[in-house]
Amino acid sequence: MNNIEQTPLIEVKNLKKYFTKKGSTLHAVDDINLTIAKGTTLGVVGESGCGKSTLGRTILRLLKPTDGQVLFEGQDITKVSESQMRKYRQSMQIIFQDPYSSLNPRKSVADIIATPLIVNHMCKGKVEVQKRVKELMDTVGLASRLYNAYPHELDGGRRQRICIARALAINPKFIVCDEPVSALDVSIQAQILNLLMDLQEEMGLTYMFITHDLSVVKHISTEIMVMYMGHCVEKAPAKELFENPQHPYTKALLSSIPIPDISMRNKKIQAIRGEVTSPINPVPGCRFAPRCDFCREDCVGSTIPLTEVSENHFVSCRMMEK
Amino acid sequence: MKMSFRSRKRKENEEFANAYAQGHSMAGDIWRRLLRDKSSVVSMGFLCLIVLLAIFANVLFDESLVTMQNTAIRNNPPSWEHWFGTDLYGRDIFIRMVFGSRVSLTIGIVTMGVSMIIGGLLGAVAAYFGGKIDGIIMRFTDMFMAIPETLLALCVVAAMGASAVSLIVAMTVAAVPGNCRLVRSTVLSIVDTEYVEAARACGMRDIGIIVKEIIPNSLGPIIVVSTQGIANLMLTASSLSYLGMGIQPPNPEWGAMISEAREFLRSDPYMCIIPGIVIVLTALSFNLLGDGLRDAMDPRLKD
Repeated sequence: MNNIEQTPLIEVKNLKKYFTKKGSTLHAVDDINLTIAKGTTLGVVGESGCGKSTLGRTILRLLKPTDGQVLFEGQDITKVSESQMRKYRQSMQIIFQDPYSSLNPRKSVADIIATPLIVNHMCKGKVEVQKRVKELMDTVGLASRLYNAYPHELDGGRRQRICIARALAINPKFIVCDEPVSALDVSIQAQILNLLMDLQEEMGLTYMFITHDLSVVKHISTEIMVMYMGHCVEKAPAKELFENPQHPYTKALLSSIPIPDISMRNKKIQAIRGEVTSPINPVPGCRFAPRCDFCREDCVGSTIPLTEVSENHFVSCRMMEK
Repeated sequence: MKMSFRSRKRKENEEFANAYAQGHSMAGDIWRRLLRDKSSVVSMGFLCLIVLLAIFANVLFDESLVTMQNTAIRNNPPSWEHWFGTDLYGRDIFIRMVFGSRVSLTIGIVTMGVSMIIGGLLGAVAAYFGGKIDGIIMRFTDMFMAIPETLLALCVVAAMGASAVSLIVAMTVAAVPGNCRLVRSTVLSIVDTEYVEAARACGMRDIGIIVKEIIPNSLGPIIVVSTQGIANLMLTASSLSYLGMGIQPPNPEWGAMISEAREFLRSDPYMCIIPGIVIVLTALSFNLLGDGLRDAMDPRLKD
C-alpha cells in the first residue's frame, strides 16, 4: 500500500507548453505540477481555452512539451524517442470530447476497435481479433449487431462507447478523458459516466478527467485541479474543494453551479466579471488578477507559488500566503 | 427477468454469427453499391468494351491494315465495309481507332495513375508533417508549376527522344505538381481531426496513419480529379504528338487522328467527328464511373 503511494502512476513536473507564432508566445500550459496515484481520478476543471486539453495531450505526448517532465511509473517519457514512446502508448489512452470527429467515418465499428489491436500486435490472427472486438463491445455495452455498422449510423452515446472500447482495447493503465460527456445528452452523460466508473473499478484504471462541468467532476473525481489560463490555481481532494474553496476563481466557479432549490430562485448567481485576458505573452503573477475582486498590488509582477492551506489542499493566491 | 436477458443475449449472438456468416468485406460492399448506380454500370460496360478491343486488337483485326494505304478508297464515308469510313490515305478509321486506343488509353491511365501516386504521396507527406518538409516540397512544386506544361514536356522529350514512353514521362512530370497541391489541401483538412490523433495515441506509425486513416478520407476529390484528368491527358498527348513529340505518324493515336482530319472538316466531317465522339464518350465514362466510385466508397451515402 505504502509502495503504491510512493510511486504514483503519473507525475508531472513543471510542465510547460508554449505555442510560438510570429514572435508572440501563447502560454497554454504554464508550470503545472501534479501527481495521479494508481486507481484514482484527477479532475481538471477550467473554462474554455484555459489549457486543459493541451495539458492532457501534452501528458500523452501527442503534443511535444516546451519544458518539464512527465513521469510514467517513474520513467520520464518526454525525452524518449518516438519508437520507445510506442511502448508507453500501450499504457496510456485518450477519449475525446467529440464522438463525431474522433471516429473515422470510413471504418466500421469493428475496424475502429480492431485498429489498436492490430497496430500493437495484441492478437494473433483474424479470429482472435474478432473475438476480442466482440468482447470489448460487450464490455462497453454495444450490441453485437452493430459489429458491421458505421459510426454515422449511431447516436452520440453509442459513438462514445466505441471510443471507450477503442481506448480499452490495449489494456491501458491510464486514460485521459477529454470532456468525454460534454457533447452528449444529459441522460446519456450519466450512462457514460457510470460506465467509466464501473470500468475503473473493474480494471483499476487511472483517469485524468478534463471537463468544464463541475457537477460531472464532483461525481467522478478523487482529486480536483482548477486551471486558469495555463496555471493551476487550486488543487484539493474533491470533497475538500467543494466544501472549502479558497481561491477567488474557484469560489466564483462553484457559485455558478445552478442549485435546484426553489427558495434560491430569486438569488442572482454571482458571475465573474470581465472576460479572459489574452494568454499571449502574459506578465508573471496571478493570471486571474484583472478579474479578481480581491486583487492587490503584489498579485502581479512575480510568480505566486502554491501554498498548502490544509492537507493536500494547495492554493496559488497571495491572500493564502502567511 | 434474468431469462429474458439471457435469451436476448443469445439472440444477439446469433445475429452476430449471421452477420459474420454473410461475410463482410469492404471491396464487396463497394462493388454492390457501384452496381446499383446505372450510369456507373453503363460507363463500366463502355470502358470494358474499349479496353477489351484494345487488348485483343491483334486477334480480331489484321494489324497491317492500320498503315496499309489504298488511295482508291480515300475519304470514303462510313459504310458496311468501313464502319467509321476511311481517311485520306484510304486507311480504315475504325481499325486505326482500335489500335490507337492502345496508345491513348495507356497514356491517359498510366500518366494519371503515376502522377497521382507520386503527387499524392508528396502532397500527403507535406500536409501531414508540415513545417520545413511542407515548405521544401511546396516550393519545388511551385517551381515546376511556374514552367508552362508544354515547355516542360518539350524539355523532357528533347532529353529522352520522341517516343510513347518519353511522352508519358513528360506528361507525368507536368501533372505531378497539380496533383500534389490538390492532395495537400484535402489532407490538411483531415490531418487535425481527432481520429488521426486517436490513431497516433494508439501507437500507429506515420506512414500507417497516412495510408489507413488519411488517404481513404481524401479519396473523393482524388477520384474525381483523376477521372477528369484522364480525358484531358489524352487530348494533351494528341497536341504534343501534333508538335512532333511522342507518337509519330503513321502510328495511330486518337488525338493525332483528329488533328490529321482537320483539313477535311468541311468536305468529310465524319473523319473528325467520329474519333471526337469516341474521345468524348470515353471521357464521360471515366467521369461518371469516378463519380459513382466516389459515392460507392463513402459509407455515409450507403443505401
